[in-house]
Formats: sequence, C-alpha cells, structure tokens
Amino acid sequence: MHIAVCIKQVPDSAQIRVHPVTNTIMRQGVPTIVNPYDLFALEEALRIKDRTGARITVLTMGPAQAEEALRKCLSLGADEAILITDKVFSGADTLATSYVLAAALKTLDARTPIDLIFTGKQTIDGDTAQVGPGIAIRLGCQLLTYVSKICELEPTARHIVVERRAEGGVQVLKSALPAVVTMLEGSNELRFADMPGMFRAARQEVQRWNRDSIGVELAQVGLKGSPTVVAQVFGPRPKAVKALRIDGETPDAIAEAFVDKLFADHPHLEDAMLEHLELLGQQGVKP
Amino acid sequence: MEKFDVVVVGAGPAGNAAAYTLARAGLSVLQLERGESPGTKNVQGAILYADALEKIIPDFRDSAPLERHVAEQRMWLLDENQTCTGVSHRDARFSQQPYNRYTIIRARFDRWFSEQVKSAGALVICETTVTGLLKDDAGKVIGVRTERAQGDILADCVILADGANALLGERAGLRPAIKAEDMALVVKEVLFLPKETLEARFNISGTQGVVIEIAGNVTHGMVGTGFLYTNKDSIAIGIGCMLGDMKRQQLTPCQLLEGLKRHSAVQPLIDGAEMKEYSAHLIPEGGYRALPQLYGEGWLVVGDSAGFVNAVHREGSNLAMTSGRIAAETLIALRQAGKPFTAANLAGYKQGLDDSFVMADLKKYQGVPELLNQNPHILDLYPRFVGDAAREILTVDGVPKRDKQKKILGELARRRSLLGLLGDAYKFWRAFR
Ligand SMILES: Cc1cc2nc3c(=O)[nH]c(=O)nc-3n(C[C@H](O)[C@H](O)[C@H](O)COP(=O)(O)OP(=O)(O)OC[C@H]3O[C@@H](n4cnc5c(N)ncnc54)[C@H](O)[C@@H]3O)c2cc1C
Repeated sequence: MHIAVCIKQVPDSAQIRVHPVTNTIMRQGVPTIVNPYDLFALEEALRIKDRTGARITVLTMGPAQAEEALRKCLSLGADEAILITDKVFSGADTLATSYVLAAALKTLDARTPIDLIFTGKQTIDGDTAQVGPGIAIRLGCQLLTYVSKICELEPTARHIVVERRAEGGVQVLKSALPAVVTMLEGSNELRFADMPGMFRAARQEVQRWNRDSIGVELAQVGLKGSPTVVAQVFGPRPKAVKALRIDGETPDAIAEAFVDKLFADHPHLEDAMLEHLELLGQQGVKP
Repeated sequence: MEKFDVVVVGAGPAGNAAAYTLARAGLSVLQLERGESPGTKNVQGAILYADALEKIIPDFRDSAPLERHVAEQRMWLLDENQTCTGVSHRDARFSQQPYNRYTIIRARFDRWFSEQVKSAGALVICETTVTGLLKDDAGKVIGVRTERAQGDILADCVILADGANALLGERAGLRPAIKAEDMALVVKEVLFLPKETLEARFNISGTQGVVIEIAGNVTHGMVGTGFLYTNKDSIAIGIGCMLGDMKRQQLTPCQLLEGLKRHSAVQPLIDGAEMKEYSAHLIPEGGYRALPQLYGEGWLVVGDSAGFVNAVHREGSNLAMTSGRIAAETLIALRQAGKPFTAANLAGYKQGLDDSFVMADLKKYQGVPELLNQNPHILDLYPRFVGDAAREILTVDGVPKRDKQKKILGELARRRSLLGLLGDAYKFWRAFR
C-alpha cells in the first residue's frame, strides 16, 4: 500500500501582522509551520502505516525553504519526501497548484502506484479547501472531503470507509481506491517523533522535482496558470463598541436592567421571546 | 545508539560558534536545540560585536542578516522627574567599513548562523530538549539524554551551551544553582516604525544606527539598566533589573518597561510605533566571582551557561562566541594530538579563556556586582544628583554661578555624607579600575 500526503508550508497565521502604514500583509520574519490541517492528514496516514506497513510519500509544492516542512514529516515517520520546486511555479492559485500536484502525483504513481492521497481540509493561509478536490478531479479519483474518521481500509478489497462531516450530520461513506481524502481538524492527535526519527529526518535526502520532472504545460502553472486575482487586502476595522457596566441594588434588578438593555438594542429578540412564551402558554406550560 | 565526537547542547551564539568550528575541523558534531528553529527561544538587545564573529567566520558580513551598524552611542540618565541627562558619541569613523558593531535580530541571525553550522558539516536537530547528561560509573560524562523516545546519544565530549538557566549542569551536579542575586531579568519589546520615520527621528541614514544605554531612576532604585536600539525598521527597547531586587520590590518587569516607554525622552522616539514582539530573558550577571566549574571529565561549558557576561558593557554574545570557539579549538587540538577529553586535558580550555579578553574583562569588573548589590544608592542617588545639578547650572535666574555651585555641593552633602562620598568614590574606583 502506498499513501501520498500533500502538505503545505504556511506562515504561522497567529503571527502575521498587517503593515500599519501600507496595510499589506507582512510575511517577512513570520515563522513558518506545516499547515495544521495537513498534520491531521499525515497522522492518519501514519496510523495506517502502523497497522498495515504502508509506505508514505509526502509532497509539497513550494520554495526551497519548504524542505523544512517535509523534514518534519520525515521525522514523524514518512518514508520519502518530494519537494516540487521551480521558479515558474510561484504565484500559483489553487487551480495551478492542484494542476502541479496532480502532475507530480501521476509521476509518482507511475513509479509506485498510489492507493490513497491525503491532504488537510484546507490551508490556514488561503482557506479555500480547493486543492484536494482539484487533485481528485484531475486524477479521476474518488473524493472524500471533511473526513473525521477512517473506519475501515481494506487494501486487498480496495475500498475505504470513512466518516464525513456534512451539514446537519455525519455521513458514513464507502469508496473505491484510489481516493483523495481531505482530513478535518481534531480527527486525531499528532505523535511526537522519536530520536531515530529525528536523525533520519536530518540526514535523509529530500528529492527535488521541477517542471521537467513532472512534465507540465507552462501556461497552466504559476502566475500564468492562475486566473484568481486578489483585488484587495484589508484589515477589518475594529468596532468601537464600549463595554457596559450595569449596577443595581439586587441581582434581580441587575438582571432586569440587563434584559431591558438587550431588548432595547435588539427588538427582534423581544418579539421572538414573546412569541415563544405565547406558544408555551398555548401548550399549557407555565414559564 | 548514535555516537558523535561532540554533542553541543544549544544553538545560541556560544553553541553555534563551537559547533561551526568543530565541524569545519572535521569532527563529527551533533547540535541539539530545543527551539523550533535556532533563535526562536533567544533574546538579545541586540548588538553584535563584529570582532568575535570575524574570528570564526571572517566574511560574515557578506551573508549575515545585519540590521544597522552602530554610528552613534548615547548614554542617558533618566529619572521620574522626566529629566534626561546624557552624553552622546557619534564618530564618522564608526561609519567607515568594516563596521565594528551592528544591531541584529536574533531570530534571524541565529538561523543564519545555524545554516553556516550545517554547511560546515554538523548535524543540527531542533525541537529536541536535552533533559540530562549520561555518565559512566566513574562519573565521566559520556553523552546526553533527550526528551524523545530512544533519546540517548553518546559523545566523547558534551559542550553545554544551554544559556542563562544552566539547568543541565545544575541537574548533573556539575555546578550549584544560580542565585537570584546573580541573575538579571530583562524584558524587551520590538516596535515597528517605518524606516523613513525612524531615520528622521534618530538623524541617521543608510545603514547607520543609534544605540542608547539607559540608567537612572527608571529602575526604581533597583540595580539595572535599560536600552533602546535601532533596527532597520523597528526599535528594540528593554529594561532589566536584578532578579533578587525585583522579588523584594514586588515590581513587575512590564511596569518598568511601561515607565521607560512613557518617559518624556523616550516617548517621542517610539510614538506611533506598533509592537511586534514582546520577550523576556535572564542574563547571568554575577560576573567573575560567580563563575562555575568550566570543564570536567568529558564536558565543557560555554557562553551564558558559564556566566560569561560583561554586564558593565552589555557584552554577552561576543563572550559566548569566543568561549565557544576556544572550547572547540581545545577539543580540536586534543583530537589532533590523539589525546582523550579528560578533565586534565580540557584544562586547556580554561587556559585559553584566561589568555583572552573574556577572563581579562570578567576579572577587571569582578567587584562590580557586589558594589552595586551592596550600594544600590549608587544607581539612584548619583544619576538623580547629576540631573538636578545640570538643571541648577542651566537655569539662568540672576543667582551668581558661585552660589549655584555651593548650593549644588551643599545638596550633595545633604544627600550623602562626606565620608559616604569618599567611600563611594573609593569603592567605585576599586570596582572599575
Ligand atoms: C535583553 C537582552 C539584551 C542583551 N543585549 C546584548 C547585546 O546587545 N549584546 C550582547 O553581546 N549580548 C547581549 N545580551 C546577552 C546575550 O544575549 C547572551 O550573552 C547570549 O545570547 C549568550 O549566548 P548563548 O549561546 O550562551 O546562550 P543563548 O543565546 O541563550 O542560547 C542557548 C540555547 O540553548 C537552548 N537550550 C537551552 N536548554 C536546552 C536544552 N536542555 N536542550 C536543548 N537546547 C537547549 C536554548 O533554546 C537556546 O537556543 C543580552 C541579553 C538579553 C537578555
């Protein structure tokens, strides 16, 4: 069994700042991390490896420094890492990114057939959740998004059963392999690498693939292949709402003052409440 | 189990200097750092002294991330009456290449230094905390234990470059715990300011930078100092005091920093700046008399972990790098001579330090920590007096200057007896001679 995990190195969004003068995002000096959602995907792949002895290849498209993110995955137990890097790939939106990743996965598949492809549900710097689906459609694989649990994986029967979080409930889906699975946050807890893992990650070679290694159309990669236009970036204005302090003689008086204030600010709340009370009254319930 | 010639614990300037020098000489080196990447845990003002780094990487200027070269130094005495008395020194020669001092941002600098260490051939592993030292039955240090599973690693020599807390040495019984009296706690903020605004406020251009060292009552009478340094497009501002004093005074470091930032001499310089970073760190300031044992069977200690800080001149990173280099050179010489890393052989490290500025400077100021500890008024009374005297002399109000002089001296005598003054002068001279 061969599992591919697609990851991305992202700026730690908790530490990004907006330039106070130019209002642009200041990425310089912001530490980078492995996209947190991708780590849930990696951990799920590692658990399958623990059970079945599967082989794991991690891939990322990114600049040279993204190698660090791949090494982190190696330390946790991935077997092989591939950095897809080329200056023509830069400036890619999700369309161009999924094109390049799909091309790389095809190349990898030709070498060692892939049974399962994992990604995180989305990245924290783009938040689009489009890359996983983009890969699946290009490779003609089954697509399982927002997966919270892998229930069953039968490499011999070549199917997978997952729980998928959908609007209003959980779907249990059975799908044929190969499939693309995008993992939800909180679905597992990432392991802590052991020392031999750290040594392996520090020493192992990270393969570098460029446009020639994966045979791509130049018109479809990088900025050229990216129809998305960022029209504007802005920080939301902070709301100038002051905290209100309500004083009163008794707890009841304070509560009453509070409710009055609430209803004054949000009249529809009062309406809804009255309606509800009336309904209860009709049912003979005494509030 | 993995085995190396040398394991270096910590990837600050001391550990990096040691690992780099060792790896270049062909020894097998493993460097372990608990931070996510080198520099993430580290705090410095930060002034880089070129000389110490030049002796390790002569052409560092070509690739190191340097912020500004120091073109001007100011020394300010600030007190709660919003006075600022000081001297400044700008010298055109400071702005001639090669520059002597630079401001740096450690997060970036340490990363760069670590890249050099890796290129030199050392294996660097981050996010890994060393929890203890491995010893054989005879008590010789033979490796380290990390927090990770299967985490023991063997080494012929372990270099402790683990910084101010020096927990590893303490835990392994190689040194006593550091006293609060010997430790300063410093808080620091990095404030973002557009380059043009910053250059206008400090009257600088190009890569010029200004360094302000601050003393006086901004420390509320505690033994400590403040600083304000210019980076490319940010200002580093910080203040610190002896931990023992802070404990007694029940003042939080952030209160001190807020006070400094509000001072009328400082506020206009940082006005409108946006805080980018807040950090706190310890500095071992016990000086020469607080130095621990520096080497033993199979181990050496370098940098802050050894207490190599010259608090009077705010030098630490250069002592760290120099001690790291000398430690490495000692091991390289022994390896080349085919000698083992026994305590007797490692005594060469101490000798190398004695022959360098590291020990010379530490010895020179060995009386200072005690002087300040026992005479905290020195950092309170005199700066305040200087401020008051300056105001008196500079106020033109029809009073003859001779009367003003008398008044000033009378005021001094009122605050401190003649004997006290003479005593202070003598103690001062002894500590700083
Ligand atoms: C606010 C402030 C301002 C300063 N200003 C200046 C200045 O302007 N100029 C100057 O020269 N000096 C200055 N200093 C002093 C200078 O920062 C230190 O002397 C210098 O950083 C010491 O280097 P080091 O390598 O010994 O320790 P550190 O830089 O502290 O590095 C120690 C490293 O060891 C790692 N470590 C610790 N324990 C473990 C463990 N158990 N396992 C693995 N890793 C571990 C830490 O994460 C850290 O990376 C300043 C210090 C402070 C706090």
